[in-house]
Amino acid sequence: MGTNPVMDKSMSTTESDLNNANTATVTQPDDRDQLTLEQIAATDNFKSETHDALYQESPIINVKNFNLWYGSKQALFNINMPIAEGQVTALVGPSGCGKSTLLRSVNRINDLIDGLHIDGEMDLNGAPIYDKSVDVIELRKRMGMVFQKPNPFPMSIFENVVYSLRIDGERNKGVLEEVCERSLRGSALWDEVKDRIHESALGLSGGQQQRLCIARAIAAEPEVLLMDEPCSALDPIATGKIEDLVEELRGEYTILMVTHNMQQASRASNYTAFMYLGRLVEYGPTRDIFTNPHLRPTEDYISGRFG
Amino acid sequence: MSTTLTEPNNKPALPRETIRQSMSSRKKTRGNRGGRSLLAKGEPMLWLTGGGLIVAVVMIIALLALVIVQGMVTFWPKHVDQFVLKNGTVHMGEITRDDTYKPEVGVLDSLPAEVQTDIANNEGWAHRELVRTGNFDLTNSHFHWVEDFYIESRSQPQWATVIERNAWGRFYGMPKAFMIDGKVVADTPEGTWAEFLKHHDQVRERWHVRRALEKHDIGYESRKIDDARLELKSAKIEHGVDSPQYRDAQTNYDAVDAEVNVAYGKIREKINALNAENDKYQLVMVTTQGQEKQLGLADVVRAYQPNQIGFGSKLGIYVSRWWEFLTDEPREANSEGGVFPAIFGTVAMTLIMSLMVVPFGVLASLYLREYAKAGPMISAVRIAINNLAGVPSIVFGVFGLGFFCYVVGGTIDEVFFKASLPNPTFGTGGLLWAALTLALLTLPVVIVSTEEALAAVPGSMREGSYGCGASKWQTIRRIVLPRAMPGVMTGAILAMARGAGEVAPLMLVGAVKLAPELPIDGVYPFLHAQRSFMHLGFHVYDLGFQSQNAEAAKPMVFTTTLLLIMIVAFLNLFAIWLRARLRRKFVSSQF
Ligand SMILES: Nc1ncnc2c1ncn2[C@@H]1O[C@H](COP(=O)(O)OP(=O)(O)O)[C@@H](O)[C@H]1O
Ligand SMILES: [Mg+2]
Repeated sequence: MGTNPVMDKSMSTTESDLNNANTATVTQPDDRDQLTLEQIAATDNFKSETHDALYQESPIINVKNFNLWYGSKQALFNINMPIAEGQVTALVGPSGCGKSTLLRSVNRINDLIDGLHIDGEMDLNGAPIYDKSVDVIELRKRMGMVFQKPNPFPMSIFENVVYSLRIDGERNKGVLEEVCERSLRGSALWDEVKDRIHESALGLSGGQQQRLCIARAIAAEPEVLLMDEPCSALDPIATGKIEDLVEELRGEYTILMVTHNMQQASRASNYTAFMYLGRLVEYGPTRDIFTNPHLRPTEDYISGRFG
Repeated sequence: MSTTLTEPNNKPALPRETIRQSMSSRKKTRGNRGGRSLLAKGEPMLWLTGGGLIVAVVMIIALLALVIVQGMVTFWPKHVDQFVLKNGTVHMGEITRDDTYKPEVGVLDSLPAEVQTDIANNEGWAHRELVRTGNFDLTNSHFHWVEDFYIESRSQPQWATVIERNAWGRFYGMPKAFMIDGKVVADTPEGTWAEFLKHHDQVRERWHVRRALEKHDIGYESRKIDDARLELKSAKIEHGVDSPQYRDAQTNYDAVDAEVNVAYGKIREKINALNAENDKYQLVMVTTQGQEKQLGLADVVRAYQPNQIGFGSKLGIYVSRWWEFLTDEPREANSEGGVFPAIFGTVAMTLIMSLMVVPFGVLASLYLREYAKAGPMISAVRIAINNLAGVPSIVFGVFGLGFFCYVVGGTIDEVFFKASLPNPTFGTGGLLWAALTLALLTLPVVIVSTEEALAAVPGSMREGSYGCGASKWQTIRRIVLPRAMPGVMTGAILAMARGAGEVAPLMLVGAVKLAPELPIDGVYPFLHAQRSFMHLGFHVYDLGFQSQNAEAAKPMVFTTTLLLIMIVAFLNLFAIWLRARLRRKFVSSQF
């Protein structure tokens, strides 16, 4: 187990001069670039093809040997994945491959599901996420989450944005107003709604609602921003705005984003992880994944030959 | 060239005949298939479902129409007819209804031959009318059947007068004379009536003042003496007869007693003065049988000559009767006067019930839906709750009486109202226990609709809230409950509709035929939840089935029913309006 390169930085540094994937995993067969999807899907502890560039980054989240079951159905298989601080990481892969599941495991919002159980570890800044002593509520406050469908609460725009402060009992009007403006500016919505922040959030357009949800997610200044296909329910113009926003938020926040859309991944992210049937197949800098993937199935998927 | 373009001949042209044939044959096949399977067309189901709806709608409309029409006409002043019978008897009154019946053989035999043949020609059926003749104090009956074959002549006398009285029911007769202070001041119908109109309002005004004195002022004084007596008694129970406390209470009681007696005397004096003044005015009436009757003007609620007044006056009487009905207290064993205490009791009971059942039901469904882990236990609880809705309501009444009144109320009396025992305070039926019993009865309705509403709150809302780091309770309070509020309102509406119309359990836990006092009034502590109360539903039952004067009470049944329906509808409309306002908050422009 200790041979896993994702976890073993020292080993990967020694191998960093070798840019070929064959050497990245020691225990895999030599013809690793000839692996087919069927073979990957048949391996329960598949060792992901993780590019060396990732080991140069300092990880804010570290996923180690992570498995997850919905009842008796396993949805994630032995995921090892460091997530680079201050960067945008995109999760791509065909529907049902477990992208959302992985994302939702990070802030433990999956805990709400009956019959779910996990195995393995996850760290946030070195502190375990899955541990009995962890206060889940506090943990979630350190991460913001944006969902596939915009889900503003049926309250005013203002109340939506300051929701996480409200539940912490913040009453100071000045603080709340300041946070509201900062967050709305952060999500590039301020100019559009500044005259009606006390009107219902449900009156906004879909794209505005999604940016409101982003504002809500960044209001508590989280360490990580989790986004699950934030544009899939939006029209192209709104999508463009969200992508620009992600561009602006990069550096300030670590963003882990699920996307269905290859162009979006290539435009908006620094790192891309390709998942298939609950396995992390290949993970590396977006440029490399799109232009020079190490594994055949990745190339097939990226070029649209399946999925 | 051009021909080839317009008429492409490369395709073998089909003769027109063939085309038509193939088309018609296709049509036939389709028709055949339709004929083979009627259900495939869907039309029969349309008729069946539509028919079901129509039957339901027609029944509802018929019921409402019956209640509305009957309820609306009750107060309209009717003509007064005078019947002179062949044997010389005279009846005068309003025709209430008529029917055809088969006279008994003995009666038939006594009739003249030609009448007998008439009836025989009509297959033995004869016609008769029920006349409300009133004058119960003189004739010992309110109604008389008048058979057609006994009638010598009928007429509508111009001066036939209907008098509604404080007691004894209606009086039908002609004005004869008017007396003031024992002196006759008018002895023609016109003169008498002019005098009546001149003095009636003043006299009634004095009568109202007197009633208020009797009710409020005397009530106030007797409450004072009651309180003093209770204090005395509790001093005796707690400290014994030899204690200084008891002696103090005794002194206090004596002082209050003296004071109250003086006050009583003053009030009596006032009342006597008013009575003496009113007694001066007497109206002398004569019935069609020639009996004279002297009526104190103060006892006349309303009097009119229906045969000579016009539409406008009739409308005035109609409105004033409705007004009296809505705002006054009942008289004559509930068959006349108003139903205000019943309206008041119904509304108060329904509102208190809603105030109790909604929070209770919401808490229960929150636990069931949000906290409890799904499993056989929770399913069993849910089934039990749903079945609670099917338990006959009288069973709830029995439970309410046994548990709330006797156990809970009895304990409260033991602890807090020892002095007034053995008279129960809370240990008997009352507004609070009735509302609680009905709250229990309507609880399933609220739980079911609240649970549905909770289940309908989108998961994305909860996730959004949890994603912001909210705890479970914060999510429920800030997101789930507001979203489910319209559904909760639906539950409240259904519960109110059910509760306001329920009668059976109320008979056991506090609804009474005639409540001496309203359950809410101006005396501290304002809401007297222990008091028994009147209820429109119970009032309907009482009028329809318990009244000695059933025939006169029957029209009131419809009016009261109409009123009950209107109150329920009004309460519902209010709740629906509230729900619509809540819903508007949750309508997104987007999705
Ligand atoms: N709540 C759940 N209960 C059971 N199975 C689930 C649940 N959510 C997702 N799954 C299953 O887990 C797998 C991964 O789902 P998901 O993470 O939503 O995929 P993706 O987001 O990549 O489309 C799918 O096969 C899906 O059917
Ligand atoms: Mg998904």
